[in-house]
Amino acid sequence: MSRITINDIQVEVFKDATILDAAKEVGIYIPTLCHLDLEQFNIENKAGSCRICMVDVDTNGRKKMMPACCTPVEEGMVVKTNTPEVVEVRRTVLQLLLSDHPFECLTCPKSLDCELQALAKKFGIYEVTCTGKMSTYEIDHSSKSIKRDLSKCIMCRRCETVCTTMQTVGVLSGFGRGFKAVVAPPEMEPLTESVCVFCGQCVNACPTAALTEINYISDVWKAINNPNKKVIVQTAPAVRVGIGEEFGLPAGTEATGMLTAGLRRLGFDAVFDTNFSADLTIMEEAHELIERVKKNENLPILTSCCPGWINFLEFQFPELLNIPSTCKSPQQMFGAIAKSYYAEKIGVKPEDMVVVSIMPCLAKKYEASREEFIKDGITDVDYVLTTRELAQMLKEAGINLDKLKDEEYDNPLGESSGAAVIFGASGGVLEAALRTAYEWITKKTLGNVNFKDVRGMEGVKEATVDIDGLKVNVAVTSGLGNARKILTKIKKGEANYHAIEIMACPGGCLNGGGQPYIHGDTSILDKRLKAIYSIDESKVIRKSHENPYIKKLYDEFLIEPGSHKSHDLLHTQYFKKNK
Amino acid sequence: MAQQIRIALRNCGKLDPEKIEQYIAQSGYLALEKALFDNKPEDILKLIIDSGLRGRGGGGFPTGIKWQAAAKQKSDEKFVICNADEGDPGAFMDRAVLEGDPHSVLEAMTIAGYCIGANKGIIYIRAEYPLAIERLNVAIDQAYKMGFLGKNIMGTAFSFDISIKLGAGAFVCGEETALIKSIEGKRGEPIVKPPFPAEKGLWMKPTIVNNVETYASVCPIIVNGLEWFRGVGTEKSPGTKVFALAGKINNVGLVEVPMGSTLREVVYEIGGGIKDGKEFKAVQTGGPSGGCITKESLDTPITYENLIQIGSMMGSGGMIVLDEDDCMVNIAKFYLEFTLDESCGKCTPCRVGNTRMFELLEDITEGRGTQLTITKLETLANTIKKASLCGLGQTAPNPVLSTMKYFKHEYEEHINNKKCRAKVCRELLTFEIVADKCVGCSLCARNCPVFCIHGEPKTPFVIDQKACIKCGSCVEKCNFDAITVS
Ligand SMILES: Cc1cc2nc3c(=O)[nH]c(=O)nc-3n(C[C@H](O)[C@H](O)[C@H](O)COP(=O)(O)O)c2cc1C
Ligand code: SF4
Ligand code: SF4
Ligand code: SF4
Ligand code: SF4
Ligand code: SF4
Repeated sequence: MSRITINDIQVEVFKDATILDAAKEVGIYIPTLCHLDLEQFNIENKAGSCRICMVDVDTNGRKKMMPACCTPVEEGMVVKTNTPEVVEVRRTVLQLLLSDHPFECLTCPKSLDCELQALAKKFGIYEVTCTGKMSTYEIDHSSKSIKRDLSKCIMCRRCETVCTTMQTVGVLSGFGRGFKAVVAPPEMEPLTESVCVFCGQCVNACPTAALTEINYISDVWKAINNPNKKVIVQTAPAVRVGIGEEFGLPAGTEATGMLTAGLRRLGFDAVFDTNFSADLTIMEEAHELIERVKKNENLPILTSCCPGWINFLEFQFPELLNIPSTCKSPQQMFGAIAKSYYAEKIGVKPEDMVVVSIMPCLAKKYEASREEFIKDGITDVDYVLTTRELAQMLKEAGINLDKLKDEEYDNPLGESSGAAVIFGASGGVLEAALRTAYEWITKKTLGNVNFKDVRGMEGVKEATVDIDGLKVNVAVTSGLGNARKILTKIKKGEANYHAIEIMACPGGCLNGGGQPYIHGDTSILDKRLKAIYSIDESKVIRKSHENPYIKKLYDEFLIEPGSHKSHDLLHTQYFKKNK
Repeated sequence: MAQQIRIALRNCGKLDPEKIEQYIAQSGYLALEKALFDNKPEDILKLIIDSGLRGRGGGGFPTGIKWQAAAKQKSDEKFVICNADEGDPGAFMDRAVLEGDPHSVLEAMTIAGYCIGANKGIIYIRAEYPLAIERLNVAIDQAYKMGFLGKNIMGTAFSFDISIKLGAGAFVCGEETALIKSIEGKRGEPIVKPPFPAEKGLWMKPTIVNNVETYASVCPIIVNGLEWFRGVGTEKSPGTKVFALAGKINNVGLVEVPMGSTLREVVYEIGGGIKDGKEFKAVQTGGPSGGCITKESLDTPITYENLIQIGSMMGSGGMIVLDEDDCMVNIAKFYLEFTLDESCGKCTPCRVGNTRMFELLEDITEGRGTQLTITKLETLANTIKKASLCGLGQTAPNPVLSTMKYFKHEYEEHINNKKCRAKVCRELLTFEIVADKCVGCSLCARNCPVFCIHGEPKTPFVIDQKACIKCGSCVEKCNFDAITVS
């Protein structure tokens, strides 16, 4: 422990704590901008580059201004956080940042959710005292997922830390020198020329609008307003535990009923649930798992619901392309069933149907555009909106989600089991698969459906499940850095698992690249997580294969899991991507 | 009469740098032998601490204290790095040492390794120094062959290897943490300190980084002893410092003088005074991040502390002499432009702040300056110095601050009278044709790129001041000295 004094208050903190940590301890606020602490995931951006958190430090007579976020405390340090000198330096630094920043708040996607804007407000900057030449860059619109507007980049390096250290993808890093320095893919190439997997974690980390999603709101409005189109919508599991935050509801609010009500008000012709197709995924994936375990070949089987992770595999581990499940993701399964089974049922031609997805995810935007998911010019899914974009649409339409009365999903693609909703949290897909696989293998009823070992925010979770004497080794990883560890083990033949779930985003989709911004407050994720499992608990049906509408779908249309028709509509393949 | 004393440059020019025998003949590798056979690492450490040797690469940090910090760390691996990046455009003493006496650096690095418990040394040298690199390679080969490097040096249990790493030539890569990043194959960009390299340096292992000249001063201390070394220089800055004299001075080149010599001695006695009998104006020390020293301080003894006190710094030892033909605002702008180009762009004050300062200086030299410009410069300079992440940013405003302090009147002339007394800032000049001298040959008018000189042949021509772009073509062309500049 070290004892230090901050603004005349004594505080004792752990030896490797920073001045910022110590200040928090005694309730002293020091402004920060580049600092980002994703405590849950052990990822901290300590670039010390913005210089907003400068404080006066006297270490045994040596006086210097130091950045609070990355300066470790030393016994006897005397810190002043608010001297006129410190305040002037901070304000000047902020003025400098603003002097090379476009004043576009009125038209900026990040407005009111922007940390730079918030800081300017907090500092009471009412006048620009500093002007000069500005950085200008071409906007990178190359991908379906992420928009890069480097004129708004403040070089905080959060995205770099997240992309390189947490995800080990390493697309974003410092480029150029001096005034022209920015954070970009190698050689300033557009994102599509890089190995980016579109997980969107960088977007979540970016304090400004330098990184945002590619927005499809106006396309969706157009579709809704087109009388010749049947426009249906699906909502991913994690959306319902995130969207409330956009309307001032406390984090962790289950907003399923309000969400369906809101979507109906927006004018969608039918409001369906990706949870339905999550149940469907389990039917197909559990079937595949059992086949592969029985034959003891091509193991482990890896889940394939996360397009971010599939991209990672295609770029980084092409030699392992044969091991993931061939199941499409629930989003794509939904689209495929909607434009076949459902379209037929209601007598609409697939080309007259528009499928919109509400996803917590940016990779799903890319996924929807993959060639494998376009057949005879018909795409499984037409538009993918993030949780954030949906909130925006609702606000545009004057719909206060928090004021709406709960409504139910439409059928036949709206019913789901508790096993489906947990797809939104890391470990959920595997737990859902185990619930079904257990009963199919043993032909017995599973008493306790809770596989708690695979739940939670930890990056790598392992468990051995006893299925009537058959010991099934499973692992769950989230965050691509953790995925890399497990995949490297598999590659070296050192892994002894039957099944592995991988999610690109740490903690799973509840922390997806399209969810409401948490600005580094990972406790929000815990609340979303709790909400997901409480929805599961509240369901009468908690196993995918017991979903009556799924049974009906097989009876009326697909025949059985792994059937020819299933393969045609619900399965896919993976391709090596060049680095 | 001031004189040079050569410690770091003791062998330069005196021996064939490619012949290790000649180095040995000049007591070469005697210090290493003494260290390995007659002393424990702690003894050498104590000697270096007591000698008061300070880093010659810029900061003047006590070398022994740095070594001690690294020696104290427990680690399976430690590193000794020689900083031969020499990015200051006016300095070339490191090159001179490496080209003229490479073994003196190898020997000292080996001794440093022995002191701190490191077995690996790396020389980070700019790729633009091919001869120095070649000589180092030859010297390293020879040292291995003679058993001064490699396994079991001189038959002892101590082993030490040295390799060379070529730098990309960026100035900021001379900053020790950026240098370490660069060796690790990452973007050459400084990181926050603490932790200092002595605790967590290369590959997060304890590392010492010292300058070439610092290493070159180590062996003589061990061979000749503490008393001898402390006998040269001053109490707090013992020994010598090499300076690279340049600019408007008669004898340009490297000089090595005892610390505590005065600028007057260096400029007038050793440097032979100002060129062409012009008037001395100032000396810029410390390279692009230093400051200017005026006539009034010519008799100040040169020590680390004194230079900082008068608003400059030792830096790597560049010394550029300025005369009456130099405009101090322009000089400040010139140096700032250098740092601007060399900034890594990581932190806000340096990336944006120095650009803004440069723009303000442009305002002044191009006639748009006001009193507010000065105030803004002062605020910015203050913030940049205090809030920048590394030494580059922290010192970048120095040339501006020191010229503003000592040559405020020049700034004011630029702002209030729109005049540049050194006639350097073109936008502030007025070109006029003296009617008495003009013969009306029209040569100037025909050479004016914007055709703003008018007149009838054989009668005096006139320059249209509003249209004149101050390019100076007319002055150059006139054969009758009829055009004045003011
Ligand atoms: C921008 C910048 C450039 C530097 N360039 C050099 C250099 O070229 N050579 C050098 O020895 N030190 C340079 N330094 C100083 C180093 O960071 C470091 O302090 C020095 O190498 C330590 O050696 P010394 O203690 O022997 O002087 C530079 C520092 C900064 C901030
Ligand atoms: S990024 Fe922030 S500060 Fe910049 S324009 Fe957008 S909202 Fe405004
Ligand atoms: S989306 Fe993911 S992989 Fe792509 S740049 Fe951002 S963090 Fe890196
Ligand atoms: S893109 Fe965003 S997160 Fe990345 S450095 Fe720029 S401002 Fe920071
Ligand atoms: S974890 Fe979920 S939100 Fe993140 S990339 Fe994968 S599917 Fe998308
Ligand atoms: S002060 Fe300049 S050179 Fe140093 S880290 Fe900051 S931007 Fe880079």
